[in-house]
Amino acid sequence: MLSFHLSALQVVIPLLAAPLCAIFRGPRISWLIALAVGLACAVNSLAILNQVNTSGEIIYALGGWAAPWGIEYRIDSANAFILLIISFIYLVGIFYARDSIKAEVPEHSRCWLYTAWILCFSGLSGITVSGDVFNVFVFLEVSSLSTYILISFGKDRRCLTAALRYLIMGTIAATFYLIGIGFLYALTGTLNMADLAERLPGLASQNTVAVAFGFVVLGLAIKMALFPLHAWLPNAYAYAPNAVTAFLAGTATKAAVYVFMRLAFAIFPDDFFSDLTSTHVIVLAAGIISAILTSAIAIFQDDLKRLFAWSSIGQIGYIAVGLGLASSAGVAASFLHLFNHALMKTAIFMAIGGLFITTGSTTIAALENAGRRMPWTMAAILIGGFSLIGVPFTTGFISKWYLVSAALEQNHWWLAGLILIGSLVTAAYVWKIVEIAYFRKNPDTQIVRQEAPLSLLIPTWVLVTANIYFGIDAQFTGSTATLAATAITGITP
Amino acid sequence: MEGLGIVNYWIVVALMMTGLYVVMTANNFVKKIIGLNIFQSSVFILYISIAKVSGGTAPILTSEAEIYSNPLPHVLILTAIVVGVATTALGLALIVRIRSAFGTVDDHEVQDVARD
Repeated sequence: MLSFHLSALQVVIPLLAAPLCAIFRGPRISWLIALAVGLACAVNSLAILNQVNTSGEIIYALGGWAAPWGIEYRIDSANAFILLIISFIYLVGIFYARDSIKAEVPEHSRCWLYTAWILCFSGLSGITVSGDVFNVFVFLEVSSLSTYILISFGKDRRCLTAALRYLIMGTIAATFYLIGIGFLYALTGTLNMADLAERLPGLASQNTVAVAFGFVVLGLAIKMALFPLHAWLPNAYAYAPNAVTAFLAGTATKAAVYVFMRLAFAIFPDDFFSDLTSTHVIVLAAGIISAILTSAIAIFQDDLKRLFAWSSIGQIGYIAVGLGLASSAGVAASFLHLFNHALMKTAIFMAIGGLFITTGSTTIAALENAGRRMPWTMAAILIGGFSLIGVPFTTGFISKWYLVSAALEQNHWWLAGLILIGSLVTAAYVWKIVEIAYFRKNPDTQIVRQEAPLSLLIPTWVLVTANIYFGIDAQFTGSTATLAATAITGITP
Repeated sequence: MEGLGIVNYWIVVALMMTGLYVVMTANNFVKKIIGLNIFQSSVFILYISIAKVSGGTAPILTSEAEIYSNPLPHVLILTAIVVGVATTALGLALIVRIRSAFGTVDDHEVQDVARD
């Protein structure tokens, strides 16, 4: 009986738990509630993945109202995979948050932070499982509104302007998306993704479909911070509390990428994204420019959080390159990089949070001698950095491998070359960090071992270990990503 | 009636552009939020216009009328209005805190204060 409702539970559990935090108000109890939600949903997402793998697509009619009248949740290999990523990053993030948040957010407002955090998770889960385009809009706004709140808990007062800027950009993005699905509804009379996929091919030559596609793509491109629509991201990540940044880096943009994939490859007619409108060229160009240019901007940052925020935009670029290839292999590479980037970037931001707790600063200058003062914290940043470059035995290598293979499959040698240049630029900013942390000797200062607390180190290293594990044994991630790509594009590679 | 239908969509376009223009050009954060509101409202009107069936009445079950306007977009927009109100409220709340932290709600002045 319970297994029948799994997909609804993924959204309902956090949605019901969030008000509990607001009722109890205690910082400790709020954290426990958030953690319980994380455990329940992580197990739930595993059960969903298992059910999808064994008995195929899950179709759940919300409230018992069947599809054309009611909202439907539809889970296949693609969203089951994304759901798994989001749930586990949330769980590890909440585990990490207790001590990190304690150091940054005053006691009386911590319960509100956890309320917003759980709501954000609920929204992200909703985006992922929903099979109704308007329902996706509502969840998009649930997650976005709570993200703005989460960012405004930062220590620096500039977090407020960062949150407001994100609010303005995010609302414009969501409204663009709303306009797009409005046009689709006017044309087809349905909001259900499966019905849209059936009715749109016959209408593909109409201008309305193209306009709708334009609005939807633009809206989602802002949400996923695709260059040049990334302006909200660096400040939002730089000024949010460290635990929040770690969570957002792994999840927020990923849900938008997923919706983008679903719309471009599964809902709109097969060749609409590629041959009919040539949108894939724009996405590919934006992706590869982003991968090189924003990584170059990252080199010149003095603040670690800001540096890795720019790096995040670059990594979104690689995901966009996979989408722009518009092939099954390309989408599989994007899925894989979604997973791998969530692992590495969350671990890096967690390690930076550990650095902040011990030194009170996240500037690059604070890294001096960090290699000897805090070897474990520093090693986490180092391995994350290697993974960003794509060094073998890290997950980054696997993503790059898939991406380059997908590019070569279409004989895009130049693209493979540009991807490698992107890696070199990434190596430049990682080297800048390594140089200061390990090689800059300052004989005047005494080296005192001051590692980040264990409660921060353990979740960080869970992710770092996963990073290395999936970098060596890519069986699970590779096959799941390929399955997900097949489910989205409908083509078996 | 047909001309009136098209007028509706012109109003949508006009409001949409006005709203976006205000969001982009205003320096005052409150004005930016108001611009955002106008922008969102234009989309509400777009949906409501789509729902209109010429000659149809309000979607109430009576024996007198046979043609009804489509109620679904109305319901969708009710939800979107709620989202819009929440966004405005959150935006204004952030502006109140920006005002107490920076002493101004002007974009340029805030950037000047933040730099010092």
